[in-house]
Amino acid sequence: LQQAIHEHPVVLLPSHRSYMDFLLMSYILYTYDLALPVIAAGMDFMGMRFVGEMLRMSGAFFIRRSFGGDKLYWAVFSEYVRTMLKTGFAPVEFFLEGTRSRTAKSLTPKLGLLNIVMDPFLKGEVFDVTLVPVSISYERILEESLYARELLGVPKPKESTSGLFKARKVLSEDYGSIHVYFGQPVSVRSLAEGRVNRCQFNLTPRHIPQRPGEEINHFVNDSAFRLVWAQEENMVLKPWVLLASLLLQNHHHGQKGGTALEELTEQAVWLRDLSRQCGAFLHWPEHAPPSEVVSSSLSLHQGLVSISEGRVHLALEQAGGQGGPEEKLLNQAVVVLSCASYRNQALHVFLRPALLALAIVTSSSNNRQEVYNSFSFLRNMFSNEFILCPGATVQDFEEACYLLVKTGALQIPQQEVLITERGHRTLAFLTSILDPFLQGYQVVCRFLCEEATEALTDKQFVPAVRKFIIKHLLTGTLRYAEALSSDLQKNSLAALLRLGAVRRVKGGAEQGTLKVNKVMVNSLEDTLGGKLPTQKAAAARL
Amino acid sequence: MASNSSGGGSDRQRTAQQRLSIIAGHLQRPVDGNPAILAEECKAQESKPDASSEERRVPRRRQEIMKWNGWGYSDSRFLFNKKGQAEFTGKRYRLSGMIIPGLKDWMEGTFGASLQHKAPATPILNSNAIQPPNLHEAFVEELKSTGIPFSHDAEDRVFRAHGHCLHEIFALREGKFGRVPDMVVWPNCHNDVVKIVELACKHNVCLIPYGGGTSVSSALECPHEETRSIVSLDTSQMNRILWIDEKNLTVHVEAGIVGQDLERLLNESGYCTGHEPDSMEFSSLGGWVATRASGMKKNIYGNIEDLVVHIKMVTPRGVIEKSCMGPRMSTGPDVHHFIMGSEGTLGVVTEVTMKIRPMPEYQKYGSVVFPNFEQGVACLREVARQRCAPASIRLMDNEQFKFGHALKPQVSSIFTSFLDGLKKLYITKFKGFDPNRLCVATLLFEGDREKVLQHEKQVYDIAAKFGGLAAGEDNGQRGYMLTFVIAYLRDLGMDYYVIGESFETSVPWDRVLDICRNVKARIVRECKEKGVQFPPLSTCRVTQTYDAGACVYFYFAFNYRGLSDPVHVYEQVEHAAREEILANGGSLSHHHGVGKLRKEWMRDTISNVGMGMLKSVKDYVDPNNIFGNRNLL
Repeated sequence: LQQAIHEHPVVLLPSHRSYMDFLLMSYILYTYDLALPVIAAGMDFMGMRFVGEMLRMSGAFFIRRSFGGDKLYWAVFSEYVRTMLKTGFAPVEFFLEGTRSRTAKSLTPKLGLLNIVMDPFLKGEVFDVTLVPVSISYERILEESLYARELLGVPKPKESTSGLFKARKVLSEDYGSIHVYFGQPVSVRSLAEGRVNRCQFNLTPRHIPQRPGEEINHFVNDSAFRLVWAQEENMVLKPWVLLASLLLQNHHHGQKGGTALEELTEQAVWLRDLSRQCGAFLHWPEHAPPSEVVSSSLSLHQGLVSISEGRVHLALEQAGGQGGPEEKLLNQAVVVLSCASYRNQALHVFLRPALLALAIVTSSSNNRQEVYNSFSFLRNMFSNEFILCPGATVQDFEEACYLLVKTGALQIPQQEVLITERGHRTLAFLTSILDPFLQGYQVVCRFLCEEATEALTDKQFVPAVRKFIIKHLLTGTLRYAEALSSDLQKNSLAALLRLGAVRRVKGGAEQGTLKVNKVMVNSLEDTLGGKLPTQKAAAARL
Repeated sequence: MASNSSGGGSDRQRTAQQRLSIIAGHLQRPVDGNPAILAEECKAQESKPDASSEERRVPRRRQEIMKWNGWGYSDSRFLFNKKGQAEFTGKRYRLSGMIIPGLKDWMEGTFGASLQHKAPATPILNSNAIQPPNLHEAFVEELKSTGIPFSHDAEDRVFRAHGHCLHEIFALREGKFGRVPDMVVWPNCHNDVVKIVELACKHNVCLIPYGGGTSVSSALECPHEETRSIVSLDTSQMNRILWIDEKNLTVHVEAGIVGQDLERLLNESGYCTGHEPDSMEFSSLGGWVATRASGMKKNIYGNIEDLVVHIKMVTPRGVIEKSCMGPRMSTGPDVHHFIMGSEGTLGVVTEVTMKIRPMPEYQKYGSVVFPNFEQGVACLREVARQRCAPASIRLMDNEQFKFGHALKPQVSSIFTSFLDGLKKLYITKFKGFDPNRLCVATLLFEGDREKVLQHEKQVYDIAAKFGGLAAGEDNGQRGYMLTFVIAYLRDLGMDYYVIGESFETSVPWDRVLDICRNVKARIVRECKEKGVQFPPLSTCRVTQTYDAGACVYFYFAFNYRGLSDPVHVYEQVEHAAREEILANGGSLSHHHGVGKLRKEWMRDTISNVGMGMLKSVKDYVDPNNIFGNRNLL
């Protein structure tokens, strides 16, 4: 990194899971005697009296969260960033994901800032720009239950200094360790090689801001996904992440009494090996016996799990508390969602194989082409939910096949896809890791079919769907409290909008209303449930 | 300078007298472009060959005075003498016969070259290695009957099979020959060319016009796919000034004349064209027209398109020329612009009328040192904004400044070397210029004495605003002298495993700095990636200023020891550099032309429709591709 800073302007792209990210990055660069970065921070931090100043002095500048229409703001701002890059004394730092991820899943990257930092290269003002994806992984996230509540609809408290002071008591708890991994620097020049014709900028003076063309947008988008993917790959996974996945699954499979510690340990070791084979960057203490690793992980997360009589279960009872069934449910959901956010940290490892596993199950056929069709459908459906590089369906499918064959779960002779004896366990794990999402999407579809009225607006959507889901959870027709996550709900709506099953109609009022194509939503729901065969013939043949 | 004759003083005077009388003879004739008269004149010249051959600087057998596998005159070359000091041989140049003490260290320091590692060229042209000529019997027979001299001697043919691209010279040095022309013809006048082109059309023979042979765009390479007999049409014998019109300040010249002869002959009458490309010793008027050449002093005199008043060109469809010599016309697209830059694909330029100016009363060189390249460019930009550019203004970057320094000849007196040391001390210590960042601009002023001095002051005042310090006339003059010897220097480099070349572009002002930095960095990076073992020399200079931009010249050279196919590596790097130029808003070429080397980018440069327009002209003018050098399109 030190060398890179001397050669070309450097842009640091850390993942964004916590407020701590800012301070951590500056702190690390300071300790390694590197130039402190210039950080693009959200406007709302400026409102915080003391902290705002502190951030500013540690090199932050503030931007509005959105300035779509404001050309002047855009021009001034991009000029500022460009100047920072061109003079190049300090690296520029911003968060690709735009905001903190509440679910610990990476968010779909925001392109605006990336566009601005690539611009000086594309216009030839600098020889190259180096992008450094940085992965920051927390063993325990400071804002863990806060996030979960936010997802359940409790509004995010305004970023204020007094709030921060009140929150200081959380600092006294043990939050485990934090891993910061500086990924392989990516040169914008090599990314753009053969993809972007820079001559297009020759015909307009470079100081006149231009809306990027189609080609540039595609390029920036692809690059952004690659960078976020690189962030994900370098995330350090703790044993707890695996335990959280297992505990959640066990919980949902109806083991009300929890899991025996020995059994959990056995499962964890199995999962450890599986995730390693899938290329996870796992931090598992090698010399300690597995049981010790498991119990020390559990003890760090006492708020989420409880151990009684040698059996481990999620701490739902304590969380339940007093109040009506609805309140109880919400309180339990906080625990589930917190747990889920840890499981989400490992999702990127299993995502592609899991999609394949799900495709095999839903397509109920061994034909490779059909499995591929189903895979492609699922991938398309979930591309708002997970980081899936656009246009890489075939590669992803190949990779998933390769991984599952490697782990011995599948055999792929010629045009067939066969599950091996040992494969059933792997596949069961993989399908159930995605199951909450699958069911969540289905329930959103059902909501849109059954309850959506003519005048459903964007704003009303989340509360309405939440109500609907709570009803289903209480009646027991839906097992996954995770569906309550507003993140999932929004993502599924975005997917439906993208697929054209729901249209946004610009109403007379400031809020657009949602128009639902019920037939299409219905058929999507059924396809998700595996009731309908995937109809869309995949464009890319295998 | 370059025009110093090798003969003694009295000899020169005699020939000058003779020339004057010939020119006087032309002037006495009625000034009329009647072809009948021209034809007579043409014959008259032929009847007394001895008298005219004296005047000609370029003989038919060029190999008698010029290198067959390198640049320029056979007697002039750089070499390291027994003491290991660099020396420039011959008597033709100011640098001739001088010792250049700094060159060895510079070469060792810059390239990691060493005198121990020599890569000598094949000394003698081996005629057996050359394919026997593929002659078209009927064409040859009819050509014989016209009396136009021709040859199919191997040496003559090899000499006209190449320009001066690196790969061309490298192959010659290794004694490798590709496709070469099957014969060479030397027309003596416009009518000879008409006859040759008619015969070529009749017998479907491929013609490649050849002027000075200084192309750096692979324009003279014979296309591999050409199966017809290839005839090289050498215009060097069409080198007369036909008339000078003092009333209109124009001169009518045969297009084969080379730059130095044209200038010398005009100077004898008190005039000049002011067109001085770096290659002017060898390049021809026809070649300038065919490639849209640019001269060093274009700020006063203009580029070739500004200088030309009338062009006569022989094409397979017949002769094209305008009916009058009006200084400007609104008669549709200017047909001259189909000719200028046609690179020998449409026909042969035979005669050109161009503007002349009285010789300048006063010439003064100058130079300015800037603390860094950025300041230098800013100064040039300001000079261009105020439209007060001297006849020539060139800005060299730090690497080139050092290079120029290394080429300082040994000074005889202790006093001069003491003075040099003092200057250096003043600039680096007193003024605080970083010797690894400073750069130098060289200047040439021309005109009335008074105006020159006034102009000089204006330019130095601007320079001072950008931190520039006047650095004396000598530095300036040496800078311009270098442009004539730099091509010789490449041959020296090649003797010691160093290959290199220059290429150019034109670019808007706001991108000048970016393009210089990016292209230089790209060259360094590509060399590294392609496995070049030593750091390359990657340097540039701004050589011309315009209202809206500048011409930038890059030099690129590296030590190729340890590479199995250096020329291929070189070409890959040059290709990447050109891509970088285009991506940074630079043009495909400012004055070298496209040839075959840069053809692949033409479509992107001028658009599909533009290509179609040029193609349709070619298809009409030369449907059978008689002028089949396949340049440009």
